[in-house]
Amino acid sequence: MTAKIGYDDVEVGTELPARTFPVTRATLVRYAGASGDFNPIHWNEKFAKEVGLPDVIAHGMFTMAEAIRVITDWLGDPGAVVEYGVRFTKPVVVPNDDQGALIEVSGKVAAKLDDNTVRVDLTATSGGQKVLGMSRAVVRLA
Amino acid sequence: MALDQSFVGRTYPPTAPYEVGREKIREFAEAVGETNPVFTDPEAAKAYGYSDVIAPPTFVFSITFRAAGQVIEDPQLGLDYSRVVHGDQKFAYRRPVRAGDRLTVTSTIEAIKSLAGNDILDIRGEVHDEAGEHVVTAWTKLVARAAEEA
Repeated sequence: MTAKIGYDDVEVGTELPARTFPVTRATLVRYAGASGDFNPIHWNEKFAKEVGLPDVIAHGMFTMAEAIRVITDWLGDPGAVVEYGVRFTKPVVVPNDDQGALIEVSGKVAAKLDDNTVRVDLTATSGGQKVLGMSRAVVRLA
Repeated sequence: MALDQSFVGRTYPPTAPYEVGREKIREFAEAVGETNPVFTDPEAAKAYGYSDVIAPPTFVFSITFRAAGQVIEDPQLGLDYSRVVHGDQKFAYRRPVRAGDRLTVTSTIEAIKSLAGNDILDIRGEVHDEAGEHVVTAWTKLVARAAEEA
């Protein structure tokens, strides 16, 4: 309700600060517990490979949760998100090492809408692959 | 086998209320690396104008997806869940979910399509609070990949 970015302060094309989010196996175990999604493709390498995946993959919803942080940290108020949608295009593959994977997210104001709202388009990649498509949010600015 | 088109438009009964707890929000916020105190500190949340801590935007998926289990596990629909992947996800918020909410979800099958042997299922979950006010709508697209040739 109190976004710190003003509607008049942004233009179509305004870029949000890009972020990189690390994800390791431990991150996925923790997310599984917090979200209740215990699908073994997110923690069991043997199972993941049996169903044709290259390795354990991150929860799509984890990637979706990270990507919106580029917007909510910019806004200050996460409650100012009006709409948020993504398409899961490629999995984030998370190897069993200390490094894990990186999810790189950038965002840009794509349209100024009514009621002090703007549409922000997000780009999320991991290992050079686009992991989210059609990733966009409508947010209310001050 | 393609899913039965007659299920399009079918609405399932509302779920029993899910009570949103502060510590569950904290656990979720920490799991996704959020550090904004609006998720963990009721006083900080009040400074933002909220009556209690709010949940990160995607938190509600845990609730709507559990509700979608009614659809996914409906034996009459016959979806092969072992072949299902999450295709798209979208939310439209009336207000943020907050601690103390008692939320019910009403799931509706919006569309069933068959594309190159894949079954595509669109489920809409309408989330309401205890007063019956709309909080958020979640759209989930599930894709059941075609069974491999034997």
